[in-house]
Amino acid sequence: MQTTRRQFLSLAGGVTAAGTIPIVTLRPLEATPAMLNTAIRNVVGEAPIRTGKVKLDIPPLVENGNTVPMTVSVASPMTADDYVKSIHVFNEKNPQPNIGNFHLGPSSGRAQVSTRIRLADTQKVVAIARLSDDTFWQVAADIVVTLAACTEEVN
Amino acid sequence: MAALINVPAKAKRGAIIEIRTLTSHIMETGFRHTAAGDVVPRDIITSFTCRYNGAEIFRADLFPAIAANPYLSFFTVAKESGKFEFEWIGDNGYSSTASASITVE
Repeated sequence: MQTTRRQFLSLAGGVTAAGTIPIVTLRPLEATPAMLNTAIRNVVGEAPIRTGKVKLDIPPLVENGNTVPMTVSVASPMTADDYVKSIHVFNEKNPQPNIGNFHLGPSSGRAQVSTRIRLADTQKVVAIARLSDDTFWQVAADIVVTLAACTEEVN
Repeated sequence: MAALINVPAKAKRGAIIEIRTLTSHIMETGFRHTAAGDVVPRDIITSFTCRYNGAEIFRADLFPAIAANPYLSFFTVAKESGKFEFEWIGDNGYSSTASASITVE
């Protein structure tokens, strides 16, 4: 059977579309460097990570990356059978992707942690919460840093 | 070692209280170089634990991305009068402790 040009093109287009869709769905919403992904997977494993519940308070524009105030809070009743087990904070472009792991419990009362962090570059910070039912929730924030931390020369 | 601890002296039973801690530590990242090009070895606090009358209520694993003089604030439910104990553990055998007491009515 002879294939017409029209048939060939529609077939090729169909294959391309079918091939593209899975790639798009497998890729996370935003492109993240491999180290960040690996660090997150080390904590989360294969479990799906949903967006929501977690709130990340961090200034969007930072003059000095050496000390950036950060507060992570999670919407949770913090009762004995529904609480936040841990909060994990990651970065995208520091030499190391981890920032901190914070372990809470039902006796915490409120799932909120504050600290001060270092940011080596303008980048994304990701906070992930693990709830008592072992579901994971995340939030990401973009921060512009004008003076980088971590790698400068020591005088 | 110098540590600043902020715990309310008194609380009502069942109230959610905030605990704030600040300790002095250089938190050397291990990624910095001297002018001669040598790497400055890492020297950070790696772990912080808070116990309330012996039971662990909060624990944190810290990384070089935590700023110098680590500040941590977290919450707990005031259950009974007693003592909060804080412990920082780090590189090169670093260890530091502090405590604070609370009266629960």
